[in-house]
Amino acid sequence: MNGGQDIGGMDGFGPVQPEPNEPVFHSQWEKRAFALTLAAGVAGGWNIDMSRFARENRPPNEYLTMSYYQIWFAALEAMLKERALVSDDEIAVGQALKAPKPVSCILRADDVARVLYHGGPTERETKTKPAFKAGDRVRAKMMNPVTHTRLPRYVRGHLGTIDRVIGCHVFPDSNAAGAGENPQWLYTVRFDGGELWGADADPSVTVSVDAWEPYLLPA
Amino acid sequence: MAYDQHDHDRFELSETQLRVRALETVLTEKGYVDPAALDLLIETYETKVGPRNGARVVAKAWTDPPYRARLFKEATSAIAELGYAGRQGEHIVALENTPKRHNMVVCTLCSCYPWPVLGLPPVWYKSAPYRSRAVADPRGVLKDFGITLPKDTEIRVWDSTSEIRYLVVPMRPPGTEGWNEDKLAELVTRDSMIGAGLPKSPKDVK
Amino acid sequence: MAHAHSHDHDFHHEQGSELSEMQLRTRAIETILLEKGYIEQAAIDELIETYEKKIGPRNGAQVVAKAWVDPKFRKWLFEDGTAAIGSLGFGGRSGNHLVALENTPSLHNMVVCTLCSCYPWAVLGLPPLWYKSAPYRSRAVADPRGVLKDFGIELPKDTEIRVWDSTAELRYMVVPMRPAGTEGWSEEKLAELVTRDSMIGTGFPKSPKDLK
Repeated sequence: MNGGQDIGGMDGFGPVQPEPNEPVFHSQWEKRAFALTLAAGVAGGWNIDMSRFARENRPPNEYLTMSYYQIWFAALEAMLKERALVSDDEIAVGQALKAPKPVSCILRADDVARVLYHGGPTERETKTKPAFKAGDRVRAKMMNPVTHTRLPRYVRGHLGTIDRVIGCHVFPDSNAAGAGENPQWLYTVRFDGGELWGADADPSVTVSVDAWEPYLLPA
Repeated sequence: MAYDQHDHDRFELSETQLRVRALETVLTEKGYVDPAALDLLIETYETKVGPRNGARVVAKAWTDPPYRARLFKEATSAIAELGYAGRQGEHIVALENTPKRHNMVVCTLCSCYPWPVLGLPPVWYKSAPYRSRAVADPRGVLKDFGITLPKDTEIRVWDSTSEIRYLVVPMRPPGTEGWNEDKLAELVTRDSMIGAGLPKSPKDVK
Repeated sequence: MAHAHSHDHDFHHEQGSELSEMQLRTRAIETILLEKGYIEQAAIDELIETYEKKIGPRNGAQVVAKAWVDPKFRKWLFEDGTAAIGSLGFGGRSGNHLVALENTPSLHNMVVCTLCSCYPWAVLGLPPLWYKSAPYRSRAVADPRGVLKDFGIELPKDTEIRVWDSTAELRYMVVPMRPAGTEGWSEEKLAELVTRDSMIGTGFPKSPKDLK
């Protein structure tokens, strides 16, 4: 979606401000929000692409003014409510008021190390062949889905070069919409700064994105 | 609870604290989450997984040419040789900085970052200034980090739009001949593995 | 030094706790500018009076009504909006370069300024809040039919919709179609049917039965 998250090339945010000796978490609630998101994801059964969509699917003015973990937490609440796992009135009183729905799996302490170590690899077997090879010129499609996509606006419609054929990976546009993994060939596509930003751009800069085949057209 | 300066926003901080607690209680009462698992998740990323992992990878690449070759050929397995693997690092690509080329990693759309080697990303990496400017003005961003590269250095910015995670392998600082891996690892900063910084030099380490 | 107390606005539509801060800040700036002699009180009052009371969509309604009854004016309006509208005494600020857009049974025009709030003040007065806000600005160019639905309007699927993004100094005014059942009406009576939204392209004129 063309939401508040798609900010590559947007102006006005000011300088990057690194914090010296920054702690991993800035408050207790951030720690809990982080852990709850990971753990509830197991119980809730949503995939990472659904999580990302839930985060970016905030009104842009809220997305741009909320802190990182506030966005995570708002998305967590939304996904739990969507699946009727918790309700607003339960959150308001901080107590379960209705019986839990059965869930197929929950994350136990004993599982944590193993689950984290395994992660969620997205490469999938396929019998199809990639449409493009390294060195091919491609054009990023002009597309504007209102649902989840990982093709940022700043590259859409632009000409780039296939840097690398990565492999066949879960396709987020489908996966986030609950339409299945629908794995597609994934490429690193490199764009000249001038192509993206115009004749005045820094000639020493190139930018790449990782783009799935449905995002690309032969040039 | 200490005031959180990083909530630069319009929403009531204490309201968020209360809601998080409330949700945790509800989820625990319903049996959807295991409190011991929550604590372990926090402990893992607060104390166990962090940039020291990536620093070891880089230090090994600096001293062990076959390892370096494996790392650039297929980073996920080379990194796993050191025991680092898993969530948000299932598919890692190592990027080689050279005198002619500087790599910088960003996730404009959210905060994708190679957790197994760098831990959780810093706030600046996840915030709008970096996300918006890294792809448009990487030299300007480097200036915010106090770095100026030669005009003809190629700057490659990598926007992490998929599950591929990128780890920059900075150049080995001069004056470190004969150093062992542990000592070299101390020079490798987190920012140098993102591409927003350079490693320390020997004189920075006493 | 007199303050513009008589022009304190109706704040019922303002939002949030920042209201009193804005009141204080604007009063402070006004006071300072007056004290330094950079602005003149009477001019401030006149500006407010002009756009609260004198210039508004009634101007545009007059233009549209005339175009409905007077074929020569209509032709002139579409050929040279600035001149034709100027002949009725309307022009000036945000009305120096006016273009009239003709709605027909197969073509519907809609005007927006995605980048800010450009609007033909000379014929419509100051823009309404919805026109200047993110929902309209972001969606008019991407999903005009969705926007029209928000206004309770559904056009036939094959009606061409032309969205005009006012990115320069040209200001656009939509000339809606004359409602049926108004044969022989005077310009004044016809003007009463012309709504502001119909001249932006987010509405239709009233019909005779709406006027009682």
